[in-house]
Amino acid sequence: MSEEILQVHNLRVEYYTSKGTLPAVNNVDFSLRAGERFGLVGESGSGKSTLILAILRLIQLPGRIAAGEILLDGVDLAKLSLDEMRRKRLAEIALIPQGAMDSLNPVVRIRDQFKLIMRAHDDSLSKAAITERIAELLKWVGLDNHVADLYPHELSGGMKQRVCIAMAIALRPKVILADEPTSALDVIVQRRVMETLANVQERLGATVLLVGHDMGLMAQFVDRLGVMYGGKLVEVGPVRELFKDPLHPYTQLLIQSLPSLEIQSEFQGVPGLPFSLTDPPSGCQFHPRCPRKMDHCSVLAPQLQEVRPGHWVSCHLY
Amino acid sequence: MNVGALARRLGLFVVVIWAAASFNFIVPRLAPGRDPIQQRLGQMAAQGGYQQQGIDAMVKAYQARFGLDQPLWKQYLSYLGDIARLDFGTSIALFPTKVSDLIIHALPWTIGLLLMSTLLAFTIGTLLGALMAWPRSPRLFQYLVAPLMTLSAVPYYLLGLILVYVFGVIVKVFPISGGYSTGAVPNLSMAFAWDIVKHSILPALSIVLAGVGFWAMGMRAMMVTVEGEGYMLLADAHGLKPRTIFFQYGMRNAILPQFTALALSLGYIVSGSILVEVIFTYPGIGSVLYRAISGADFFVIYGVVFMIVVAIGLATLLIDLVYPLLDPRITYERT
Amino acid sequence: MASLSAFWRYGRRNPKLLGGLLLILVIVLIGLVGRFFVNLDDARPISAMPEMSPTWEHPFGTDGVGRDLFTVMVAAIPLALEVGLLAGAVGLGIGTILGFIAGYKGGMADNIIRGVVDTLLTVPGLVVLITITASIKSVLSVEVMALVVASLAWMWPTRTIRSQVLTMRERAYVKMAKLNGLSTMEIIWQELLPNLLPYLGASYVGAVSSAILASIGLEALGLGPQNEPTIGMTIYWAIANTSLIRGIWWWWLPPILFVIMLFIGLFMISAGLDEVANPRLRRTV
Repeated sequence: MSEEILQVHNLRVEYYTSKGTLPAVNNVDFSLRAGERFGLVGESGSGKSTLILAILRLIQLPGRIAAGEILLDGVDLAKLSLDEMRRKRLAEIALIPQGAMDSLNPVVRIRDQFKLIMRAHDDSLSKAAITERIAELLKWVGLDNHVADLYPHELSGGMKQRVCIAMAIALRPKVILADEPTSALDVIVQRRVMETLANVQERLGATVLLVGHDMGLMAQFVDRLGVMYGGKLVEVGPVRELFKDPLHPYTQLLIQSLPSLEIQSEFQGVPGLPFSLTDPPSGCQFHPRCPRKMDHCSVLAPQLQEVRPGHWVSCHLY
Repeated sequence: MNVGALARRLGLFVVVIWAAASFNFIVPRLAPGRDPIQQRLGQMAAQGGYQQQGIDAMVKAYQARFGLDQPLWKQYLSYLGDIARLDFGTSIALFPTKVSDLIIHALPWTIGLLLMSTLLAFTIGTLLGALMAWPRSPRLFQYLVAPLMTLSAVPYYLLGLILVYVFGVIVKVFPISGGYSTGAVPNLSMAFAWDIVKHSILPALSIVLAGVGFWAMGMRAMMVTVEGEGYMLLADAHGLKPRTIFFQYGMRNAILPQFTALALSLGYIVSGSILVEVIFTYPGIGSVLYRAISGADFFVIYGVVFMIVVAIGLATLLIDLVYPLLDPRITYERT
Repeated sequence: MASLSAFWRYGRRNPKLLGGLLLILVIVLIGLVGRFFVNLDDARPISAMPEMSPTWEHPFGTDGVGRDLFTVMVAAIPLALEVGLLAGAVGLGIGTILGFIAGYKGGMADNIIRGVVDTLLTVPGLVVLITITASIKSVLSVEVMALVVASLAWMWPTRTIRSQVLTMRERAYVKMAKLNGLSTMEIIWQELLPNLLPYLGASYVGAVSSAILASIGLEALGLGPQNEPTIGMTIYWAIANTSLIRGIWWWWLPPILFVIMLFIGLFMISAGLDEVANPRLRRTV
């Protein structure tokens, strides 16, 4: 078994609201091996994007990391000072933002944005070195060098997203977090962006944590998959096994709702509505929607346990 | 910016000036009863005095140009011709001083005062507003919101009144009237320059105080909007220094609407400063206008109003021309 | 009356609106109830000794020609509000009509209206009003003043209402109404206007506020109704008689305190209404 590069232990993220504190991420535990591609799926509000922000320590008030460890190469990010954390970002752990977001500064040329982020981590870099590096990075993501001299509004959605990928790998990070990088892009562009991501991942040998709700995309891209529901991780396993033989009833429903494994499609949903975080169900959080509910499900909360080698699930059925 | 758009923008400026000139031509003729200028001139002529001859000549000249003996369009054309040569006639109260001379002497004072205080208010207000919206700012800035909001609602000149009282009656630190000390001879020495600065402090302060709130509120709102943008989050995720994010990502984007607001509020700032000048008897355009109003000196009133409209038109034009350089997304569409 | 109680409940969550309304209410009450405690004739010159400092008999003292300044304030508040409400109504009326034409019809009409409004907005309003009022000073009454001020009070409402109509025109319920065969007027009356009410309210308060600001500014320059005791004329006389440096604070302090209260009140109402109209909103100037 290869080295574990990112370990998340008992991570808990809370949001303060007028109705009390809400756990957006609730005791999540998982770890990524160096060089692997790990996927996280779940409905919106399941806490998957919050989890990514928490790993980068980017949760802002009224939210906070209430408990847990985030070990990056053995260093607990949760214990670093603000400036130490700032230096870790991009240099060791980078973010590729949601495709739907305007993630580039609209009034600064791409070249200058690259300069800013490189200088923030190493202000001794020479101008020539930066220019050379920008050209190289743009080539890696399949963009022409003249793109550097454009403003973001002069780029298409797919080009912007590839610029974001180039920025994320600018300092050759060990871990890349990608938060729905292809949302709001059309299907052909989605595929290109994912190919670009796959390319640079292989080149760098970096670890990728991909968050999304597109099961088809996950099936093609990741090695292992985690399923989140209501801020908790309910199932983790190798992606093929998980698709062939899902254990958790929620995962089963997710996979059944796909028209076919081979066809890429947005996942259509599971009957019923996600519960409200202000009023979580007792016991297993999924029991009100669960087709295989048992009596004690509404009383006792299940724990995530390894039921087969490398395949973990949090359900009383096992 | 391309040539067509530039020409259109300049054309608009010309239209504004033409409209302002025409406005001055029309208003006295729309006044109920007799033409107020003729009325006033008749009044002066009747009063007599040492200026008698001059006034008589002026009445004749006025009637020759604007009298009923000429068709209206001819009057209008000759009037526009005069305006184009910046000939606004002579002052009635200070005969035979030319209106243009009065304006030229007063203009540097007003421009100096307004330029300094508006730039100061804009800079301080914008910075404060950005800091008030910045989550990493000290709490202190949060407490500034309410007082600044209050200040932004108060007209300039009322703060001027309070300042005159505080510094004129209670603590006599700064001079409360005039542009320089009475008896001082204007020259290029440092002492005289300091005298001018001292006299401008209180008038400037009342404009700055009231203006800071306005700019701070606008900037705060824009900054809050900008903080929700994706690029702010990504800047943090890229490990940029908070300082870089604040200036290059936050302020750089949030400040753009402030320039539009500046173009739109110049008229308001100038209007507000007229009364400030009156209160501090500052030797600028506002005081000239005030004296003209109390003396019913119509040629001066029309001349000053016209010049103010032109000056603000020019300043707005300038801001509009500079704006595309600040925001790469704005380019004047081609036609 | 269900809407009133709903409004009251909302007011408690919107302290700016409630505070602003209370502040204005206090001012209005001084103007309205005050009339029963003073003899309004005392607002005329020579009704008392000049330049008397405040006493029980003359709580705000008297001015240089022997007007009782408390009575002047009681008489002046309704006049200031009258100018503001009237000019605001005319300005908002014109602004609403033009805003709807520009926003709903679009095309040529929109281009012309937008061009004229954007141009006029850069013109210094008070300065233009000075030309007008100086020329018709002899016939200025409170009503004429209101109309003069209204002549420049319609641009902001036109601008804001136009952009609101523009976004609303694209909303689903307006499209539904069109598909259901409603006429343009029916859509405007039944769909657009009711939804625009909060914006119209906020625009109205803004228009009233700038109208009062302009009228008091003109009066303070000596360009108000000459025979009425207005707040601005009181400031004008106080400045003209150098009451500031002579330490006659009771002459200038009450009028400017009223003006400051008035503007803060109107500002808070308008900020509060903005929150009603746009719940995501945090503020605006």
